[in-house]
Amino acid sequence: MPYILNTEADRKAMLEKIGAASVSELFTTIPQPFQLNRALNVPESLCEMELQQHIIELARRNASADDAVCFLGGGSYDHFIPSVVDVVASRSEFYTAYTPYQAEASQGSLQAFFEYQTLIAQITGLDVSNASLYEGGSAVAESVLMAISINLDRSKVVIAESVHPEYRLTLSTYLANLNKQIVTVPTPGGAIDPAELAKVVDDQTLCVIVQHPNFFGNLEAVDAVSSLCKAKGALFVSSIDAISLGILKRPGQYGADIAVGEGQCLGTAMQFGGPYLGLMACRDEFVRKIPGRIVGQTTDRNGKRCWVLTLQTREQHIRREKATSNICTNQGLFALRASVYLAALGPQGLRETANLCLQKAHYLADELCKIPGVSLKFKQPFFKEFTVQVPGDAPALLAKLLKAGYHGGLALGRWYATLGNCVTIAVTEKRTRAELDGFVAAFRASV
Amino acid sequence: MGLWRRSGHPFSRSPLASASGWFTEYLLSTDGIVPALAEGERLNRIGIFMISNQSTDLLFEMSHSGRRCHLTPACDVPMREAKSLLPADAVADAPPALPEIGEIDLIRHYMNLSKRNMSIDTNFYPLGSCTMKYNPKRHERLSNLPGMANLHPLQSDESCQGMLAMLWSMQNILGEIAGLEAVSLQPAAGAHGELAALLVAEAYFRDRKEHARKRVLIPDSAHGTNPASAAIAGFDTVSIKSGTNGLVDLADLKSKIDDRTAVFMITNPNTIGLFESQIGEITKMIHDAGGLVYLDGANMNAIVGVTRPGDFGADMMHYNVHKTFTGPHGAGGPGSGPIAVRGMLAPYLPTPNVVKDGETYRLDYNQPKTIGRVRSFFGNVGILLRGYCYIRTLGPKGLRSMTENAVLNANYLLALVKDTLDVPHGDRCMHEFVASASKLKRAKRISAMEIAKRLLDFGYHAPTVYFPLVVPEALMIEPTETESKETLDAFAATLLKIVAEDAEFLQKAPHTLSISRPNDAKAFKEPVLRWKA
Repeated sequence: MPYILNTEADRKAMLEKIGAASVSELFTTIPQPFQLNRALNVPESLCEMELQQHIIELARRNASADDAVCFLGGGSYDHFIPSVVDVVASRSEFYTAYTPYQAEASQGSLQAFFEYQTLIAQITGLDVSNASLYEGGSAVAESVLMAISINLDRSKVVIAESVHPEYRLTLSTYLANLNKQIVTVPTPGGAIDPAELAKVVDDQTLCVIVQHPNFFGNLEAVDAVSSLCKAKGALFVSSIDAISLGILKRPGQYGADIAVGEGQCLGTAMQFGGPYLGLMACRDEFVRKIPGRIVGQTTDRNGKRCWVLTLQTREQHIRREKATSNICTNQGLFALRASVYLAALGPQGLRETANLCLQKAHYLADELCKIPGVSLKFKQPFFKEFTVQVPGDAPALLAKLLKAGYHGGLALGRWYATLGNCVTIAVTEKRTRAELDGFVAAFRASV
Repeated sequence: MGLWRRSGHPFSRSPLASASGWFTEYLLSTDGIVPALAEGERLNRIGIFMISNQSTDLLFEMSHSGRRCHLTPACDVPMREAKSLLPADAVADAPPALPEIGEIDLIRHYMNLSKRNMSIDTNFYPLGSCTMKYNPKRHERLSNLPGMANLHPLQSDESCQGMLAMLWSMQNILGEIAGLEAVSLQPAAGAHGELAALLVAEAYFRDRKEHARKRVLIPDSAHGTNPASAAIAGFDTVSIKSGTNGLVDLADLKSKIDDRTAVFMITNPNTIGLFESQIGEITKMIHDAGGLVYLDGANMNAIVGVTRPGDFGADMMHYNVHKTFTGPHGAGGPGSGPIAVRGMLAPYLPTPNVVKDGETYRLDYNQPKTIGRVRSFFGNVGILLRGYCYIRTLGPKGLRSMTENAVLNANYLLALVKDTLDVPHGDRCMHEFVASASKLKRAKRISAMEIAKRLLDFGYHAPTVYFPLVVPEALMIEPTETESKETLDAFAATLLKIVAEDAEFLQKAPHTLSISRPNDAKAFKEPVLRWKA
C-alpha cells in the first residue's frame, strides 16, 4: 500500500503486543450494523506515473493564464511571482510543519509570522496585523464580527455596493442570525457618493465597509468616508488591494480603523480561487478584539529574544462560544509567501509594480475606448482595473475573446442587473505592450 | 564527546557561544559526560553549530538601503505621472518602508529560519487531533502544474473543464465516504465547515418554521471551534458531560434534549480517541426529538472505509481534507473543510457547486434556498486537488488500509506507552489516545508540559498537551498510519527515559534547541506584535 510502512511481520508483532488477534478486532467498538462491510465506491488506485498522466490530462482541458492572456481580476490576479517565493514556500520545514504551539520547535514559523505581521502593518499603515485569515471575503465578514464586539450597542452595518459582490454575500451569510441590519449603499456612479453615504450612517452604525480600489477598479473617497465615520463613531473598515499600496495612501494614513483584503496578489498562484490569504490589520486599541492567531515577541528563560503565539484568550480553543471568532487554522503558508514576496520587492519594487499596473491599465483603457461603441462606464479614477461599456452582450463578447486567446474580463451582469453590457478588465504588471495591443485588436474584431 | 557545565573553558569565548541558548549553560568537552543527556541529543547539539547567526536577525534588521532582490521590467507603454492619473490626495508620498534585502541574504534568512522548525519531513510529529501524516511529494508537483495552478476562479466554465471534472469527482467521492448525498467544497477549513453546516441547519429549521430550535448541544470534550461556530450561526450552546469512560453521558444528553434542540455536534471517534459505541442510541434520541446530528470530521482518519457518518446517523459533517487526505499543514494552514449533508439539507448548501450535464461540467449558482456563501470563490482548490491525488493514489483498498494502519499504529503505541504513562480511558483506542501525566505530576512533579518539552530534545515533536480539557495533564498522541514500527518503538523508549529523569532538569527542557521556555506571560502582558524601528 502506498505510504504504509507496516509489513505483514510488523503487523503481527504489533498485534501481539496489543494483545489483539486481528486488526478488525480493533474496530469492535464500532457497532456491527454501522460497519460498511464493502469497499468504498471510489476509483481504483493509481501509481504515481498513472496519477501524473491523469492530472496532466485534466490540466490539458483547462485554459490557464499561461494558455490565454489573463485580464480577469475581481480579487484574484495574474501577478508575477518571483522564484524565491516558491523556493522558500517549498521548504519542507515550513510547509510540512503545523501550528506553532510548541514555540521551541517552531521558531522558524513564529519569526516568519512576526515578520509577516510587521510587513502587513507597514503596507497598511496600521499598528497591528494578525497572522492571517482564510481569504478576502471572509476577512470582511470577520472584520464586521470584530466591529460588533467593539460597538456592542450598535446594530447597523453599512457597506458600499461597490464592494466585491461575493464579499457582500459572504457578509450577509455570516450575519444571517446575529440580529444586525446590513444597509447597502448604491453606487450607480461607480463609487460611493459621500452625500448618499451620509444619509445612512448614523449613531446606530457600527461600521462602514468600503473597498478601495473597489470592485469596478475605481478609487473611493476614503477621506470623506473616514470623516463621516469619525463624526458618527462608526468603525471604518477598508478592503484593500495590497499591490495598490505601492502607490496609494495607506489605510492608516486615511483614517481606517481596520484594513482587510485578499492577499493572493502577494505571491500566491490563482489556483482557481484558493487557498488564498486573508489580510487583517487594525489600530492598537482593538488588538484584543482581532480574530485569528497572533505572534508576539518575548524572551526565553535565558533572556533570549524569541516568539510565541499570544493573546490566545481571544481564541476559540480557550474562549469557546465567547471567542471573537471561530477561526482555528490561519493561512500560514501564504502568509509566508506574502512575506517573501514583500521582502523580495522591497519599497521600490512594490512601488514600481503598482506603477506598472497603473500605467498599463490606463494605456489599455485609452486604447479600448478608441473602439467605436466602447467607453469607460464610470468617470472615476481607477488603479489596475477599469470597467467598460460595450455594445451588445458582454458574455458573448467574452466568449469570442476566449476563442481568440484572451480571458477578457468579468461580465458584470451576473452581479449587477443594470450593468449587463459592462466588463471589468484587470491589468497586471505582467501584461506586455504586445499583449495589450493584441487584446485591443481582438476586442475590436469581437464587438 | 560530552558536555560540562560552564567553566573557564576556551569555547566560552567562541563567537559560536551566542548561537544558541543552551550554549550559555553547557559547553562541549571531549573528556566527560553529563549523565542525563542522551546520545541523540549530542547529535542535535552538534547540529546547532551549523546554524547561522544570521537567522536570528529580523528582515528589518537586515535591511540595507539600496539593496533589492526583485527587479521589475521597464515600462513598455507611454509613462505618465501617477499624479496625473490619480487624484493627488489619493497618492502616498513614499512607498511603505519595507525592508531592502538582496536575494542571497533573503534566501539565507529563510533557509536558516526553516532549520528552527520541526516538520513532518524532518521529525516524528504525533500531534493529536492534527493527523500529521506524510505529505506525498507528487501532490506538490501535480498541484503546481500551470494547467491547474494558474486558473482564475472566475474564468468561464468551458475554459476549465478539467478542473471542474476533478471537483465534481471530489464532491462524489466525499459524499460516498460520508454516506451522505450532497457536498459543498466551499469552506476553507474545518471550523469554517462547521459554521457553514450550522447555517445550513438554521436555514432548514427556519424554512420549516421551527423557530424555537435555537440550541446546539456539544460534548465537553469537543474542539473549541464547535461552540464558537454555533455562537456565530446564532445558536445558544449547551454543554453535555462526558462520562468517566470518556463517552457522552447519555443521561445528561437526554436531560438536555427538548423541542429547542436544533443540532447535536459530535466528534466520533471523540477527542479521547474512542468510538461512541452508543452512537445509534444517541442519533436516534436526537432524531426523535426533531434535531439534526452534526459530525465533526476531524477524526475521520480512524473510520474512512470502515464506517460512514451517514450510516451511523449523522445528518451533516465536515471534512478536514488537510488532515485525513494529507494537505500539507503549512505551519498553520491552509486547510480545506468541505461539508457533506443529507438530501433534505442539500437545497441550503452554499453556492456554487459543480454539476454535470451530459459530458459537460458547470458551476451551478441556481439554488434559491442557499445560505449564500461563506467566502469568495470556489474553495481551497489547491488542497482539494492534493486530497484528490491522495484518494486516487490509495483507491478503495488503500483508503481502508490507511484507516486500519492508523488505528493499528495508535493501539500499538498505546500498548507501549501505557507502562510509562497513565492512559485513563482503557487499553484500546481508535486513531489516537490521550495519556495523562497526573500521577507522575503528583509523584515526581513531572507534568505533561515537561514531557512535551523534553521530547523536543530527542527530536520528536510533542503531542498535543492539555487537550481535551476533560483529561488532566493530557498528552494526546496520534501517530498516523505513515509511521513505522521502529519509529513508534523509539518514541516509546524515549518517553520511558524521560519519565526517569530528574524533575528539575525536565522543568528547564528543552536543553538543546535554540530557545527554551519562552515567557508567555510577558508576551501577553506587554504585547510586542511587530518590529518597530
